[in-house]
Amino acid sequence: MTEFFAQGGFGFFVWGAYGMVALVLLVEILQLRAQRRTILARLGRLSRMRDFGARE
Amino acid sequence: MFGVFWCILTRDLTLALRRGTDVLTTLFFFVIVVSLFPLGVGTEREVLEELGPGVVWVAALLASMLALERLFAADYEDGTLEQMLLTFQPLSLLVLAKIAAHWLLTGLPLVLIAPLVGMQYHLSDTAIWVMMLALLIGTPVLSLIGAIGAALTLGLRGGGILLSLLILPLYIPVLVYGAGAVTVSRIEFTDTQPYFALLAAFLLVALVFAPVAASAALKISLE
Amino acid sequence: MALNWFRFASPAAFYPLAGRLIPLFWVLTVLALALGLYWGFFETADRLGGGNPQKEYYRIIFIHVPSAWMSMWLYVVMVSWAAIGLVFNTRLSFMMAKAIAPTGAIFTFLALWTGAFWGRPSWGTYWDWDPRLTSELALFFMYIGYIALHSAIDDARRADRASALLAIVGLVMVPVIFWSINCPDPNQCAALHQRSNLTTIEGNILFAMLTMTFAFWMYSFATSLMRLRSIILMRESESLWVRELATIGGRA
Repeated sequence: MTEFFAQGGFGFFVWGAYGMVALVLLVEILQLRAQRRTILARLGRLSRMRDFGARE
Repeated sequence: MFGVFWCILTRDLTLALRRGTDVLTTLFFFVIVVSLFPLGVGTEREVLEELGPGVVWVAALLASMLALERLFAADYEDGTLEQMLLTFQPLSLLVLAKIAAHWLLTGLPLVLIAPLVGMQYHLSDTAIWVMMLALLIGTPVLSLIGAIGAALTLGLRGGGILLSLLILPLYIPVLVYGAGAVTVSRIEFTDTQPYFALLAAFLLVALVFAPVAASAALKISLE
Repeated sequence: MALNWFRFASPAAFYPLAGRLIPLFWVLTVLALALGLYWGFFETADRLGGGNPQKEYYRIIFIHVPSAWMSMWLYVVMVSWAAIGLVFNTRLSFMMAKAIAPTGAIFTFLALWTGAFWGRPSWGTYWDWDPRLTSELALFFMYIGYIALHSAIDDARRADRASALLAIVGLVMVPVIFWSINCPDPNQCAALHQRSNLTTIEGNILFAMLTMTFAFWMYSFATSLMRLRSIILMRESESLWVRELATIGGRA
C-alpha cells in the first residue's frame, strides 16, 4: 500500500498532478450545483412575488 | 471608392495632428518602456545586445495596443461611427482607412524612432536596418489585428485592459518573427529573408481579412 | 422519418432533454474513470523501456494527454457552436458556446499543471519554453479572452455575437500562433518538431489513456450541459415555461 502511494519515489509529482485534477474538477461540479441552486431559489422568489402580487 | 478612403484618412490625420499629444504620448511611452529595461536588467553590453530585439518588439506591441483604444472611441462617442455604418460605402473600406490613419500616427513614428532605441542597446548598423524594416512590415499587422479587438470592446467599461487581454495573444506570431529577424541579423552568414517573407505574408493576409472582421465586429457592437 | 433538426434548437425544448442526458453522462464518466484509473495504475509497467527509462511518474500521461486533447477539442467545439449561432441566429448555440468555455479553460489549466509536474522529474524543471507547453499557454489566454469579453458586455445578444466573432478570429489565429511557437526560426524548422505516434505506445498504456480521454469527454458533456441549463434558466427567466418550472418543480 505504501509502495503504491510512493510511486517509486515520485509520489509527490504523480499525486500532485492527480490531486490538482481531482480538486479542480470537484470544485467545478460543486460550483455548478451551487449556481443552479442559487438560480432556482431566485426564480422561486420571483414566482412567489408574482403570486403575492396577483392575490392583492 | 478611393475618394472615401482618402477622405477618411486625411480627416483622421488632420484631427489627430491638430491635437498632436496623442501621437507624442504613444511615442514617448515606447521610448520610456525601452529605456527602463536596462535599468532593470543591468547595463552590460552583451546582455543588452541579447535582449534588445525582444524588448523593442514587446514595447512596440504595448505601445500600439495602448493607442488602439482611441481608434474608434472618438467617432463612437460623437455618433460619426453610426453615420459611417449607414453610408452606401462598404464599411470595411472605411475601417481600413481608419486603420491606415491610425498606423501612420502610431506605428510609423515607432519605425522612425527605432534607430535611436537601437543605439541604446548597442545594436549594429545592419541590425538597426533590419529592425526598422521588420517594424515597418510588422506594425501595420498589429494595427490591423488590433482593430478587431478595438471594435469588439467598443464603449465597454474597462475596455482598455480587456482589449489587451484579447489582442496580445494574437500578436505572438508577429513578435516571434519580428524579434527573430533582428536576433538572427546579429549572426553572420544567416538569412533574414524568410522572416521578412513571413511578416509580409501576415501583412497581406491581415490586409484582406482584418478590415472585414473589424467591420463585422463594429456592426455587432453598434446594433 | 422526417426529423426536425431545429426542434431542440429552442431552449424550452432542449432544457428537459439536457436534464435527462446529464445523469447518463455522469454514469459514463464514473465508469470510464474507474476503468481508466485502475488500468493506468495496476495494469501498466512501473517503468518504460528505452535508453532513458521513464519511471513511475509517466503515469501522469493518463491525465495530461487527455486534458491537452480536451482543451483543443473543446475550443474547436466552442467555435463551431459560436459559428452556427452567427450563421443561423440560434440563441441556444451561443449559450452552448458560452457553456463550454469554462470547462475548456479548466482542461487547459490542467494540461499545463500536469505538464509542469511531469516536466520536473523528467526534464528537471517545472516550466520549459517547450513548444507544446507554450502553445497550451497561448490557448489558455484565448479561453480567458473569450470568457472575459463575454462577461464584460451586459447586453446578452451583443455579448454572444461579439465573443463568437472573437472565438472565430482566435481559431484562425491559433494554428498560426502554434506554428510560430513551434518554428521560431524559419531557416531551420525541422529540428523543433516533436512527433508522437499512437501506434508506438504500448497497448495497456494506450488503453488507459483512451479510456481516460473518454471519461474526460463525458465529464465535459455533463458539466457543459449543467452550465447550459443554468444559463437557459437565467436568460429565459421571464418566459412562461421557466415561470411554471419555478412555481411547480423548481423547489424539488
